[in-house]
Amino acid sequence: MARVEYHRKALSVDPLKTSPALGGALAFLGLDRCIPLLHGSVGCANFAKVLLTRHFREPIPLASTALTDLGACMGGGETALEALRRVAAKGPAVIGLLSTALTETKGDDLAATVREFRAAFPEQAALPVIAAATPDFAGSLQEGYAAAVEAILREAARPGERKSALVNVLAGPAFTPADVDEVRAMVEAFGLTPLVVPDLSRSLDGHLDCEPAPWSTGGTPWEDLADAGRAGATLVLGPSLETAAAHLSAACGVPYQVFPRLSGLGAVDEFLGHLAALSGRRVPDGLRRERRRLLDGMLDAHFFLGGRRAAVALEADQLVGVASLLTELGMRVAGVAATAGPGLDQVSVDRIRVGDLADLEELAAEADVLIAGSQAADLAERLGKPLLRWGFPVLDRLGAARRLNVGYAGTLDLLFEAANALAQRPVEPAAYRSPLRPQPEEVTA
Amino acid sequence: MALRVADVLRESACEHASVEVGRRGCSRRNVPGEAAGGCAFDGAQIVLLPVGDAAHLVHGPIACAGNSWNNRGTRSSGPALYRRGLTTDLTEQEIIMGGEGKLREAIRETVRRLSPAAVFVYATCVTALTGEDLDQVCRDAQATLALPVIPVHAAGFLGKKNLGNRLAGQALLEHVIGTGEPPDSTPLDINLIAEYNIAGELWHVLPLLDELGVRVLSRVSGDARYRELTFAHRARLNLVVCGRALLNLARGMEERWGVPYLEGSFYGLRELDATLKALAERLGGAPLRARAQALVRREEAAAGLALAPYRRVLAGRRAVLYTGGVKSWAMVSALQDLGLELTAVGTNKSSRHDVERIRRLVGKDECLLEDSGAGALLAAARRTGADILIAGGRNQYTALKGRLPFLDVNQERQEAYAGYAGLIRLAERLTLALENPVWGQVGREEPWPA
Repeated sequence: MARVEYHRKALSVDPLKTSPALGGALAFLGLDRCIPLLHGSVGCANFAKVLLTRHFREPIPLASTALTDLGACMGGGETALEALRRVAAKGPAVIGLLSTALTETKGDDLAATVREFRAAFPEQAALPVIAAATPDFAGSLQEGYAAAVEAILREAARPGERKSALVNVLAGPAFTPADVDEVRAMVEAFGLTPLVVPDLSRSLDGHLDCEPAPWSTGGTPWEDLADAGRAGATLVLGPSLETAAAHLSAACGVPYQVFPRLSGLGAVDEFLGHLAALSGRRVPDGLRRERRRLLDGMLDAHFFLGGRRAAVALEADQLVGVASLLTELGMRVAGVAATAGPGLDQVSVDRIRVGDLADLEELAAEADVLIAGSQAADLAERLGKPLLRWGFPVLDRLGAARRLNVGYAGTLDLLFEAANALAQRPVEPAAYRSPLRPQPEEVTA
Repeated sequence: MALRVADVLRESACEHASVEVGRRGCSRRNVPGEAAGGCAFDGAQIVLLPVGDAAHLVHGPIACAGNSWNNRGTRSSGPALYRRGLTTDLTEQEIIMGGEGKLREAIRETVRRLSPAAVFVYATCVTALTGEDLDQVCRDAQATLALPVIPVHAAGFLGKKNLGNRLAGQALLEHVIGTGEPPDSTPLDINLIAEYNIAGELWHVLPLLDELGVRVLSRVSGDARYRELTFAHRARLNLVVCGRALLNLARGMEERWGVPYLEGSFYGLRELDATLKALAERLGGAPLRARAQALVRREEAAAGLALAPYRRVLAGRRAVLYTGGVKSWAMVSALQDLGLELTAVGTNKSSRHDVERIRRLVGKDECLLEDSGAGALLAAARRTGADILIAGGRNQYTALKGRLPFLDVNQERQEAYAGYAGLIRLAERLTLALENPVWGQVGREEPWPA
């Protein structure tokens, strides 16, 4: 275990962090027919929208309260109220209301805004409006994502008679739409019914609908979420969502288990073991076969990966998963996390630091491969090293939603991708000609 | 504060400064819950980031830089410091206790790491709200570090992108232009204003100007270096390219240094013809105009040959267009030159003058779309039987969901459409978008029973 380094810096160079409000919006997009609404200046929403759009290559419904300088000085409550009224009029099933640094600095009270909205527009009484505090000055994508998930569960989950076959799956920000699909399939293979929160596999999975819509076109239906309080268990995927699960446990008595990652042989074994225990069923043959494939592939890949060095810059949850997996295959990892997320100190890496891409550059001197979002492409080019584009955002490649990182199959894909990147960078020494021997051209002449 | 937002809003060279129009027109405020497009900070960066050897430091919490760095289509033939994201990344404590100390340190660190020719320091909503004294910090840093440190007061909540463009122009007027002298002068020196070298467009245009002997003294700001901005006031003429967002800069230069300005565009045959001739006439009278005429004739003939196969495909095809204030009418004209019919044009981001111009070009009011959200654009495309949506990347995937061909013409695009070579490329990209065989397949139903 390496100590997590944190350098106080006046200047962040090539930030790894994106905004918590962006993360919060992403989580809300995993609810069906949801419109996230950022309470802030138009730019707060616009930059986030552009980034999410370019990463997922999907239209991103994301509204802004369009706070102006005047609104910010004179109180932005009416602006937020007016925005809520207009967004509600579009007819979404849920509104996710997110704060920004601007509105938190001036001290807007989102809960009060929601109350005022309730009082002023009784005709919208049935429309859930979920408020989450996501100021930019505290955290990055995953902190905002976690805040939104917690707010969703606080608002929606109701205690009641236990439904033991129902399992809450809190899918963390490191889980792609394809990952969520894979987790669902694994849970269902044990005869359990997963309630996925949030479910990006039904909204941002890149599917063609009959009609474009101004809200998320898929995701967890709001009316299903009340049952989260009656589920038999909660599976927490990624360390950052533990707080949300702890709340659910305290409020509704649903026990939870945290799985920091679902890639890597041991991690998947443990997950399936837990499902077997919950369901009382044996691990299905199909998964057993996939496990043997992974074992075989790990053997193939270890020749490429063993002893090589990776410099990895990702959001904390995802760094935990990727760094652990690669060290299991004999790689040496130096990591940069966007924020000091939980679980970082449990990873066995050479060095781990909270920082930006300039930190990655410092840690990458000896690396054979870089692993980060596409914002590190210039850096990789400067250093002349291959870049595996994992994480957020990936703007210059297709398939962000299709990337499968979890389960035996996803693990194998990750390992092969890393191995193939290293295979293109052979370790042989450069050609050497002995000055003592005649040169080839002299010989042939 | 030397820079007054209200003055910038009331741009006197702009006819919408009149009282009855008020703030509507050039800088309409955003509607809560309905807003689309970027903020003033975004707009200021569009203008200033292309200065490739300057560092661009964002003073604020993470969202402003963290969500936006390295997202511009501008290109540089040399240093490209705008590809680096620099921010003070303020935390909660720093906002409470004040971030000026951190900013001072960040400026020093920026200079140490990147050795920029100058540093632009951008205010953000939070630092504007808490009242950080950017001007003082920049003045001090400039004195100690002996290089220009320029405060840019374009906090996002002040207004839209268009206003941010102007505020950036104001920063150039106040702090940059007129602080240096060029090595030499010629009677044919001009500045290009509001040309941002998106995807290298400038490089389609410069050869044309070179052939006329017209020298671009300062590029404001595509492919610019900081120093050339300092002596922009020595040019004989400013050419304001496409749209009026930076008209305040041109007018300011006329007032302060007597540099007249001309508006023009390099998109499409008609605009190239008019702009090159007008430019030549203003600089060199009838003789230079005659040379421009010859140049245009030759280039048009060559372009005509190259465009012929595309025109056969594009003639009569119907398009919906939505693009920013910088080139809305200019793009309308270019598309018409290729034979397309514009059935609707989004005007949300255009100044009123630009809207007038679009109205004249398309000839009917009902084509103008005030609501330019992605859904509205798609609906307009369907209503008018359009074959293609031509807009910015944010609308791209909505168009594809609607199974409608799409072409990106905004600043994140990878293609250069200015000049004759650019127009040919535009025709080619339009043809490829419209003719792709995928359109024959996406509409098919499932071939088996449900």
